[in-house]
Formats: sequence, C-alpha cells, structure tokens
Amino acid sequence: MSSELRALHFQEKKIEEKKVNNKASAFMQVNQLSYRAAFLLVLKRDLTIAMRHKDDIINPLLFFVIVITLFPLGIGPETQTLSRIAPGIIWVAALLATLLSLDRLFKSDHDDGSLEQMLLSPQPVFILVLAKIFAHWLITGLPLILMAPLLAVLLHLNEQSYGALMLTLLLGTPVLSLLGAIGVALTVGIKKGGVLLSLLVLPLYIPILIFATSAIETAALGLPYSGQLAIIAALFFSSLTLAPFAVSAALKISTN
Amino acid sequence: MSTNSIPPLISATNLTCIREERLLFDQLNIAIYAGDIVQVEGSNGSGKTSLLRILSGLSQPYEGDVLFNEKLIGNCREEFHQNLLYLGHLAGVKGAMSAQENLHFNLALHGINNQASDIDCDNDIEATLAQVNLTEFEDSLASHLSAGQHRRIALARLYKSTAPIWILDEPFTAIDKQGIHALEQLFKAHIAQGGCIILTTHQDLFSIGLAQVKRITLDYGVDSDE
Repeated sequence: MSSELRALHFQEKKIEEKKVNNKASAFMQVNQLSYRAAFLLVLKRDLTIAMRHKDDIINPLLFFVIVITLFPLGIGPETQTLSRIAPGIIWVAALLATLLSLDRLFKSDHDDGSLEQMLLSPQPVFILVLAKIFAHWLITGLPLILMAPLLAVLLHLNEQSYGALMLTLLLGTPVLSLLGAIGVALTVGIKKGGVLLSLLVLPLYIPILIFATSAIETAALGLPYSGQLAIIAALFFSSLTLAPFAVSAALKISTN
Repeated sequence: MSTNSIPPLISATNLTCIREERLLFDQLNIAIYAGDIVQVEGSNGSGKTSLLRILSGLSQPYEGDVLFNEKLIGNCREEFHQNLLYLGHLAGVKGAMSAQENLHFNLALHGINNQASDIDCDNDIEATLAQVNLTEFEDSLASHLSAGQHRRIALARLYKSTAPIWILDEPFTAIDKQGIHALEQLFKAHIAQGGCIILTTHQDLFSIGLAQVKRITLDYGVDSDE
C-alpha cells in the first residue's frame, strides 16, 4: 500500500518536474543583436553621455590648444625655430591630450557597474569595446584633428607639410585611442592607476610619434613620405584588429 | 530534488575561492535546478559576493568549475549570458542618462526590445518603469534620483527578463517595503515559470513568504579567523 502510494507520488513529482522543464525551455530565446546593432547601441550611448558631460570633450581639446599656444610665447616668434619644432609639438600635445582623456574610457563604467553588465551581455565583448574606443576617438581624436591646422599656422608649419600633418593625425590618433584602451583596461581596477597608465601606454605611443613627425618633416623638404605613412597605416590596422581582443581580455582580468 | 534525470540549470563543482590570502570557501559543490530559489547566507566578508561573481563568470575561482546545462561556462559564454541575469552591488545605472535611456540600453544590450518600433519600445519601457514605481521619473537624469530609485531602474530589468537564471546580489538594498513585496511576487512568478534565483540578502525570506528557499551557508573564512 505504502509503496504504491510512494510510486504514485514519485510519478506525480516527475510530471511536475517535466512541466517545469518544458517551461524552462520556453525561456531559451535568441537574444543576440547583430554586430552592427550592438556597435551602434554602445556608440550612441557613449556619445549621449559625452554630450551631457561637455567638459569631457572640452578638457583635452583645451589642453591641446593651451600647450601649443604656449610654445611660441616661451621660445620666441622666430619663424625658423618654430616651423622646425612644429611637428613635434603638435604631435606631443596630441599624444598627451589623448592620454589625459583615456581614463574616462572605462573608469566611470567600472565604477557604476555598467562595465560588468557589458561583460555579462550576450554580445561579443570586442564589438562593445570597439564601439567604446570609436566613441572615444570621435570625442577626443576628431576635435584634435580639426583644430590642428589652425594651431599649425600659429607655429609657422611649412606649407608643404599640412597634408602630411592631417594624414598622420587621421591615421595616428585612432591608434592612440586603441593602444591607450589596452592600458586603461589593465589599470581600471586599480584605485589610483593614473601614473601606471602613463608608464604603460607612453612607450607604446613612441613609434607613432617618431614616424608621424618624420613624415611631416619629410613632407616639408618636398620629399615623398608614403613610407612613414604606410607604417602608421600598418600600426593602425594591426591595432584595430588586435586591440579590441586585448582590451576585452584585460577587462576580464580587471573585473576579476 | 532527489531525481537526477533532469540536469541542473547551473552547477558548480569543487569551488575554492581565496581572497587576500584568506580561504573563503573550499570544495563547494552546488547544483541549482529549474524552480529553485537559493539564498546564500553568511556574515559580512564570508564570500557571498565572491560566490555570486564566480557563478556568473565575472570572477575566476581558485579551483573548480561552474557548469551551465552541464557545459563549462567558459565554453558557452554567449549562450550562458543569454540565460543569465546578474545584478551586482552596483546598479549599473548611468547618472548622465535618464531612467528611460538607462533601462532601454540595459534591455537592448541583452537583446530585449529590439524588434518593436521606437514608439512601441518607448511605451513598453514606460510601462516597465511604472511597474517599479518610477512613473514620473522616466525623463529625469539618473544622477538626480536616489539610491533606491537607481536600484529600481536596475531591477526593472527583471520584469522584462527572458533569462531563466537570476543571480541577484542584495536585491533588496535601499528598496522600501512595498518594493520588497512586489519583488517577492516577481520571484514567485519566476520560479513558477521554471526559472531559478540565486540571491544574497539579510532579509529573512521565510518571513516574506518565500517558503521553499534553499540555503547555502558560507562560514569557512569566518571560522578560520576566530
């Protein structure tokens, strides 16, 4: 009698569990966005946030302008000296302005928990990371490029060098954002990672600086500078393809 | 759950966690089935959050594996994340965005609410925000809202979630009594649908009417200290 009852009970339980299981399978839906949609979603979000924190856009740009305008005042207005050092000044200022703005890339997202949510989303992390880096470049890199020719006038940059200046900045500033993102991702979990970040990132920026200034100087002599430009382009494409993966790996370590 | 015919939704084998040279838990085995609600208990610093982070795949355990549907979560990351909703200590709410934008982003990131037209989508999100009592705050920037309201924005995701596994770290923090009651109803519905919930809280879940709560008690680290 009792064993019969137990068997019945067992059967009931099994049916119940089956029901539960069926319902669980109803949960399994495909929630994946297309890569493009995921990219645009994060890009739009980051740009919206930047538009509401205008100082994020203005600060690096202001730094860039101030540093460059101070040089003619400090060195003196001699055209020759200024035009000789102009490529270096513009590029060093662009590099430091980018470094100044890097912290924002993941820091606030890490502090308020939205970074965790991004890592836990069903979208591939490298797409989200790429969108964030692209947004960072639009916010800091692009304004620098637009300001650069005006400031170059201030430094009496050789007329033949403008094309080279714009091209190197156009190819080079995305590399600054991409490489910088790796450093930020590695240091985002550390409370005061500012100094460590510059130590990590600045050595990676040196090749860009060397080839970019060399291209601009070569252009001033009226010689072809496609060699240096090709190297910067190579750096751009390799960091574009590899950096997002490095960043997502680094973020996983930082949030561990 | 005595029968082994149904595999657990999420399980962990031989989990060991060491933080700051302290052993938090050792050789922990967990199996959580559809329909389970599991409360992780322990005093402050006993490793509750660490356990939840390991189960969600955010942290790596010192030793041991976490399995989803009997597969290592590292090998089926995207599939696992489609079935997971994790809410941590931090609400994941952006101060510079409005409540509505925050919720929209969080849902869209997890692939919910994408197919509808923009207007439908907005209405839908307003309705969801109304469910967590944020009706008049949709358009206010989150930075102008209180801690409890931030949490409500994060919790609003639960109402739209299609994931069976919910991992919630202190979901009741900064939530008022009515809110807790609403959440409790939501939890019941979720379990009845065959989901599972793993949560930490200092609330007594028995007293609020969730009777069939399983418990995992973490006290290893605390004992070794004393």
